[in-house]
Amino acid sequence: MRHTLAVLVENKFGVLSRVAGLFSRRGYNIDSLAVGITENPNISRMTIVVRGDEHVLEQVIKQLNKLIDVIRVMDLGAEESVDRELALIKVNADKDNRAEIIQIVDIFRARIIDVAAHSLTIEVTGDEGKIEAIENLLKPFGIMEMARTGKIALKRGSKSP
Amino acid sequence: MSEKKERMTGARAIIESLYREGVEVIFGYPGGVLLPLYDELYDADIRHILVRHEQAAAHAAEGYARATGKVGVCLATSGPGATNLVTGIANAYMDSIPMVAFTGQVPRSLLGNDAFQEADITGITMPITKHNYLVQNANDLPRIIKEAFHIASTGRPGPVLIDLPKDVTTDEIDFYYPDKVDLRGYKPTFKGNLQQVKKAASAIAKSSRPLIYAGGGIISSGAHEELLKFAEIIQAPVTTTLTGISSFPSGHPLYLGMPGMHGTKYANYAIQESDLLIAVGARFDDRVTGKVQSFAPNAKIIHIDIDPAEISKNVTVDIPIVGDAKNVLASLIKHVKKTERKEWIDKIQEWRDAYPLHYIKEKNNLKPQFILEQINEVCDDAIIVTEVGQHQMWTAQYYKFKEPRTFISSGGLGTMGYGFPAAIGAKIGRPDKVVFNIAGDGSFQMNLQELATAMQDDIPVIVAIMNNGYLGMVRQWQELFFDKRYSFTCIKGSVDFVKLAEAYGALGIRVTKEDEVKPAIEKAIKSNKPAVIDFIVECEENVSPMVPAGAAINEILDLERKE
Repeated sequence: MRHTLAVLVENKFGVLSRVAGLFSRRGYNIDSLAVGITENPNISRMTIVVRGDEHVLEQVIKQLNKLIDVIRVMDLGAEESVDRELALIKVNADKDNRAEIIQIVDIFRARIIDVAAHSLTIEVTGDEGKIEAIENLLKPFGIMEMARTGKIALKRGSKSP
Repeated sequence: MSEKKERMTGARAIIESLYREGVEVIFGYPGGVLLPLYDELYDADIRHILVRHEQAAAHAAEGYARATGKVGVCLATSGPGATNLVTGIANAYMDSIPMVAFTGQVPRSLLGNDAFQEADITGITMPITKHNYLVQNANDLPRIIKEAFHIASTGRPGPVLIDLPKDVTTDEIDFYYPDKVDLRGYKPTFKGNLQQVKKAASAIAKSSRPLIYAGGGIISSGAHEELLKFAEIIQAPVTTTLTGISSFPSGHPLYLGMPGMHGTKYANYAIQESDLLIAVGARFDDRVTGKVQSFAPNAKIIHIDIDPAEISKNVTVDIPIVGDAKNVLASLIKHVKKTERKEWIDKIQEWRDAYPLHYIKEKNNLKPQFILEQINEVCDDAIIVTEVGQHQMWTAQYYKFKEPRTFISSGGLGTMGYGFPAAIGAKIGRPDKVVFNIAGDGSFQMNLQELATAMQDDIPVIVAIMNNGYLGMVRQWQELFFDKRYSFTCIKGSVDFVKLAEAYGALGIRVTKEDEVKPAIEKAIKSNKPAVIDFIVECEENVSPMVPAGAAINEILDLERKE
């Protein structure tokens, strides 16, 4: 079972290693982790996707809460939250298949952000499923490089934490 | 009201901050990057105990904290000084003891350069501290020190480390000590939830075989009086974990001693038969639960703990109450009624009569259990510190503790070499008490250099070595589970401990016969100086009873050695 956690932390050096260390030494698996500052420059937001049963999830949340630099931990269930991920994909492209790739990009409402003689670099945003789908369609052309941000997420509705 | 700001160096600001935290003693060892701070300590109004190895500084600070309930403070230089503290910090973390450790660090400009005596001590201690700080700006010193003492001593206590780059201690700041801490990520729950307390009270009312399983949390929260009152009202027997020993009077009719691997049979049987286990400030350690699936199979579980992460970590809890043990017990007392539970108490008395702790005396062999009984007879209100191993278990079994903070032992981490420096710390915190370090010949050799510290600062602790020539606990396991193949556990003839004590100027006494035991203890106490008593005991005595690893706690074996 995969869970998405939103973790608000003090924007201090070392906080990332405190959180990452907690996961590694207790043997919890992180699928993805994204960090960035929030509307308050003193607070960073980590979005962590973690794998485990309810017992593991409960321990993860409690252990995170024990860290002094962790201000708040929220378990974002799938229904009550919105999430997105961004990927950059550099794909082999020449004059014969460029049109076909552009068509795929259009269908996915992705963007081309760099064009070179033998490659296109594509920016795509969406949920995990969408990113995996475009990746699969682009694979036959030859993906040269790919970078994914990991998921970021917010709770739905007008309530802020 | 804020005080007036005064211009001073970072080093001075540290001393001023320590004054405001009421620090009376620091256990430390100087070094290059600490020169500015040591220069301030030279005429500061704080006692400094110069240890002979930094590990001892951390253990001594912990012993002091455990004996007094105050925050222990230790200090070590950068690099090896700091890494030598690591075992002591880990020990304090495992047993939740309040400690603030200061370490020197290379100047900020050299950080990360692999400079001389540089070690990333905040990185190294991240998993074994409650929190740690690398001070980047001298102006932050007062706030950080204030926060460190607050974090160390509140909630579930623990060690906090402050790493001090040398130039931070020489920079000048306008000193101002804050009145309050403001940590939005740290708000420990102190008061128990009233609904949960009522639920627990009703479960207690319905129970016919309740049992209290109390841990170190009773001692850290000062809840011993509430525990006694609570147990007497609901007429529930009490078993205390290793770190909970001394939180409940040993002679009390409701007291069952320690549970678990080397606990009493009757404590273990009571847990297995109980229909309601009330855990207070204890964490269901594997040495207590044995095979966890078979632990307390008939019981509902109430778990009172200040740390929410302990709830349902090892066993599933029916009624959790997060809060301070003293506060929650006081609140529970208001909701429970005086109950008689004659049948249950009688049943336990039957077990107590049928399966007492016992050992077999032998004519020509001194038994460690006998020595502990004799120490108890000569001095029944001492502070007893132990090292780790067989002697530790015998102490837990045979000394009758009467008041809290009189038993000090490395529980979670099981650190050999802990006892002697911890005893030094305890004696400094409680100079009015006789302090024994019950040791094995193995453990004592891990920090015996502290005899020099005890001599220099005139700290009269008594080291009672149960000298069996073996790393006894490991030998016991080899005897039982590895066909008596005593692989590297024999240390016979290591050293003449009497001469060793004398070399340091301490009192050394050797004891080989029963009738010499008491006079030796009396002589050591009377000498009022550091003393080492070398008790030559039976080599292959086993700690009994014993639950083999992986067994349920009622599958408990007698291992007494027959002549």
